[in-house]
Amino acid sequence: MRASRWALIVIVLLIAAVIGVAYGTLRLTPLEVLQGAFGSGTSTQVAVIRQLRLPRVLLAALVGAGLGASGAALQGATRNGLAEPYLLGVSGGAAVGAVIAVALHAPTAVVPLAGLAGALAAVALSLIVARASGGQGDARVVLMAGVVVGAFANAAIMVALAGVDANAVRGALWWMMGSAADASWAQVRALSVYVAVGVAALLALARSIDLLALGEDAAAGMGINVARVTLAVYVAGALLAAGTVAAAGLVGFVGLLVPHLARMAGARTHRTIIGAAALGGAALVVLADLVARVAHPPAELPLGAVTAILGVPFFLSRLRRLA
Amino acid sequence: MIEFRDVSVRYPRREVAALVGVSLAAPRGSLTAVVGPNGSGKSTLVRALVGRVPLASGSITVDERPVDDASRRALATQVAVVVQREEPAFPLRVREYAALGRYPHLGLFRAPSHTDRAAVEGALARTGTTHLSDRSVTELSGGEWQRVRLARAVAQGGDAIVLDEPTTFLDVAHEMGVFELLSRLAREGHAVLLVSHQLNLVARFADHIVLLHRGRIAASGAPDEVMQGAILERVYEWPLVVTRDPAIGAPALVPLRAPSRD
Repeated sequence: MRASRWALIVIVLLIAAVIGVAYGTLRLTPLEVLQGAFGSGTSTQVAVIRQLRLPRVLLAALVGAGLGASGAALQGATRNGLAEPYLLGVSGGAAVGAVIAVALHAPTAVVPLAGLAGALAAVALSLIVARASGGQGDARVVLMAGVVVGAFANAAIMVALAGVDANAVRGALWWMMGSAADASWAQVRALSVYVAVGVAALLALARSIDLLALGEDAAAGMGINVARVTLAVYVAGALLAAGTVAAAGLVGFVGLLVPHLARMAGARTHRTIIGAAALGGAALVVLADLVARVAHPPAELPLGAVTAILGVPFFLSRLRRLA
Repeated sequence: MIEFRDVSVRYPRREVAALVGVSLAAPRGSLTAVVGPNGSGKSTLVRALVGRVPLASGSITVDERPVDDASRRALATQVAVVVQREEPAFPLRVREYAALGRYPHLGLFRAPSHTDRAAVEGALARTGTTHLSDRSVTELSGGEWQRVRLARAVAQGGDAIVLDEPTTFLDVAHEMGVFELLSRLAREGHAVLLVSHQLNLVARFADHIVLLHRGRIAASGAPDEVMQGAILERVYEWPLVVTRDPAIGAPALVPLRAPSRD
């Protein structure tokens, strides 16, 4: 990918971040944003920027980076442009964990942890199902297992929500649609660890993913241990997705969409695709979160709904070009 | 030298073993061909070499070193494998694709050096694909794609190359081009192990032919020893005669029409 394209992605991300911090009930100029971030300006401005908007924008960026990188790696390893982290059952599992926590009126801090546990359990279950069916290391079998686990999870959510009060249902639903509204510095710190570790792992796997994208036999012929590398990509991708789910709920379409944008921008080997998808995903989710906040004030739109509304037309146009 | 010693392979949930006690060697400086009917175990040999099916017994060695999971990446710097089916899921440029052949040398993070780039350019030149290098691999014809795959294998830089049906879908000129290139690599000291359906071409180019039948070796030797009517008729279960090709007198197989029933 050309350097100018990289620069463009970074500039879009930075502009999105500044606008993201500037817009809201309290409107700020870009200059006030920069001043406030470094502690000058009125105390209200500093408080709004430092306590509310900056963590929110950073959290959205980290969510996008994690989902974008995860999607890019999974699409390469499964040789399938429709693969995305949520297809491994991550979303379903995370939702089951979180919804159960909400339904049991668990403390708010416990909900993301329950989501994380659910997500990891779902990935483990998909891999076990795939192994039991003899398709260990076979991308298609693992994807199908993920779909089945996801469907099971949806059923489990409906069962869990059947008997609870309306407030809990509303909380669970909000969580299933994704939101960065409750962002805190603690969440930003936690997610940044997930994203740093996950993206670094995927970058280390990138060359192996290039070979896996040629086909399993071809990759094996070039010295790749197909089963082990595939498993490593799934685990790293699932950790990233689970971390983002724990921080902001289910934000759909990003993991699916952004790798396609990265390839359209000229990224062809996976080191580049994963890097560009991480930066591009960050920009996309920051912008989507901005739309979620300002589109229909004072109410907030669910973040996952905004990304889906942005993603569907793009995907339809992609499909038309492929057909 | 690539050596299969008494190799047996059995796919799970299959009653019949895919390979039974197969021993063969592909020494440097010669073109060794494996032929046989569909389902005779030819491709299984290649899949066993790259570790896609486990050996039930026997061993595969390269220069006396056993091929196993631990040694597989190091081996990829020595032995290049062109498998039967390969289709990039996402488009790459031809030069980028050929550069994948350097990955076994690069490890996780090392950037390609001058040597790596020179190997890629050299491989493109030797396979006559330099003019394609900025094209996308998804836009190539069948013949171009096979040559580009050979370029990747040559860029890998080892002195052994294993190919599974590299001339499927190719017309006469492209097919001859591939065989000429393989023959040249063998003369230059490579160990070339070729799995092929093209008995007549194999008979002209190979130094040694191994004929597989239902997972066992039915015949093994120089083309004249293996290309015998009685042996081939039994293995292929079809009436045929072996004659001499008019150009160089290599043995050539001519399958006959099925005997009429009246």
